[in-house]
Amino acid sequence: MAEVAEKTEAAASPGAAAGTPAVKTVELRKKFGRTVALAGLSMTVPRGEVFGFLGPNGAGKTTAVKLLLGLLTPTSGEGWLLGKRLGDLGTRRHIGYLPELFRYQAWLTASEVLTLHCELAPLPRASWKDEIRTVLETVGLTERANDRVGTFSKGMQQRLGLGAALLGEPELVFLDEPTSALDPVGRHDVREIIRGLASRGTAVFLNSHLLSEVEQVCDRVAVVDHGRVIAEGTMDDLLGGTAVRVRVAGLAQADKNQLAKFGRIDDEGEQLTFASLDPGRVPELVATIVSMGGRVYEVAPRHQTLEDRFLQLLEDEEK
Amino acid sequence: MPPFLVIARLTIQESSRRRLLLALLILTLVVVGFSAWGFNKITTLTRANGTPLPPEQVALLTSQLLIVVTFMFSGVLALSAAVVAGPLISGEVESGLLLSMLARPVRRSEVVIGKWLGLAALVAVYAAGAGSLELGAVDWATGYLPPHPVELLVFVAAEGLVLLSVGMLLSTRLSGITAGVIALVAWLMAWIAGVVGDIGTGLQNQALENVGVVSHLLLPSDGLWRGAIYAMEPDTLIAAMRALGAAGRANPFAAADPPPTQFLAWVVIWFALVLSLSIWSFRTREI
Repeated sequence: MAEVAEKTEAAASPGAAAGTPAVKTVELRKKFGRTVALAGLSMTVPRGEVFGFLGPNGAGKTTAVKLLLGLLTPTSGEGWLLGKRLGDLGTRRHIGYLPELFRYQAWLTASEVLTLHCELAPLPRASWKDEIRTVLETVGLTERANDRVGTFSKGMQQRLGLGAALLGEPELVFLDEPTSALDPVGRHDVREIIRGLASRGTAVFLNSHLLSEVEQVCDRVAVVDHGRVIAEGTMDDLLGGTAVRVRVAGLAQADKNQLAKFGRIDDEGEQLTFASLDPGRVPELVATIVSMGGRVYEVAPRHQTLEDRFLQLLEDEEK
Repeated sequence: MPPFLVIARLTIQESSRRRLLLALLILTLVVVGFSAWGFNKITTLTRANGTPLPPEQVALLTSQLLIVVTFMFSGVLALSAAVVAGPLISGEVESGLLLSMLARPVRRSEVVIGKWLGLAALVAVYAAGAGSLELGAVDWATGYLPPHPVELLVFVAAEGLVLLSVGMLLSTRLSGITAGVIALVAWLMAWIAGVVGDIGTGLQNQALENVGVVSHLLLPSDGLWRGAIYAMEPDTLIAAMRALGAAGRANPFAAADPPPTQFLAWVVIWFALVLSLSIWSFRTREI
């Protein structure tokens, strides 16, 4: 078995590699036995960018993050973080990470957990107090600083994990499903934190399947399915199309099937959403529905959402 | 502070915060109190004619009872070490506790060494503290102190460290409960193999004798226990056993000779090998 990478390159400070991308991978592959978890991941995340990494459950998102962090060894391919090869210990001084499976020492207080991470980071001792105070404030845990983590709700533990990931003003932060345990207020807070990171030039690698969240904060996204990237680009690139929602009655299933020539349909009974339709074809669509005996009550073109695009990509992938 | 010391401190802190140390302290005080009372009863024994036992007989009885008590104490220590070491690494991998820590500039070898050091310190301090307390209680109750008390405590602590090391090695790959159970069964089998070796010595059967030798090499817990026994025996008893020749060396609760120097050297190498193997095993584990 290949040894999990743990290297310290000379002049490990990413400062020396400034100008290099925050993340770069070339044909990164990972197999677990006969199962291919990641089938050749090639991507580049520039510094300071908020990058969304999307995919359905089991697509390989967490595997990719673990490979990037050196927690897993790639079967083949290569990658760099902040200009240094994956697994470089020195680079980890400049990286924050909130795991999907977040868990912290239940017998420590929130402050003590953060102190532990300051020690391991390692940050200069003189800065610990300010660092801890700042991140506790950022994640809204100031009042619970001296309470044991064991008494925290899951949402509060996730906030604590986010705080640990923010210690030391990292140059790159990996957030793996950072709002999975949070309420709407918490989700809003996380979006604000991500925007704050972006404003100070920190690259954020956001692993999520919450599309609205990604849509609101990411500069660019990659959609991964079955271990490979099936689409990548800026939000504008990906969401160029228009979705058209039609409220219609009197259509049989066979009629709806015929309407597939107008593109992928999200069929919710009397509400049909055509995921990507040229607005110029709307009159043709309405005429076709009417000729089938359908009664049209509403036609509402709107910009395609990330969810529309995401589902369309996955459907295309299945074909 | 280097990461391995941070992790060692964290391991000790966890035991303290989870009240393991408090539980051990209370249990130890109760056991030492009861055993002191029991040992004191030896001094009240009389011969058939109603006269008190002579000091030599009190010392002999005390030494034998002390061996039995120490056997149980070392067993509890080894069992505790195995149970605590079983989930030492696997538990934190499975729960995700190590994920955020390993994303820091921390080598996996530092995690292994730090955790071992933390628990080893606890085992050593507990063995020294509880053992000294017990010896002090016996001395107070009977006036008997084993001839080599320091060596006794070192051997008992080393036996605990053996189980801790095996448990931790298994913990790098197996779940906590599996690692703990395997370590415990290995310890029992090593003790039984040692008894088989003694029987082989008594019967002058080379094959059976080799079972004991091999078991001492694979898992030196029983060999170290024999060292502890030797440290507890009065010189008169050792002389009597030596006089009996092979038959005198066939008792699993007695030791006519101290552990050979080669064996003690092997124990040092064994610890180095098991720790190295643990580091390699954890470094090559994907989490």
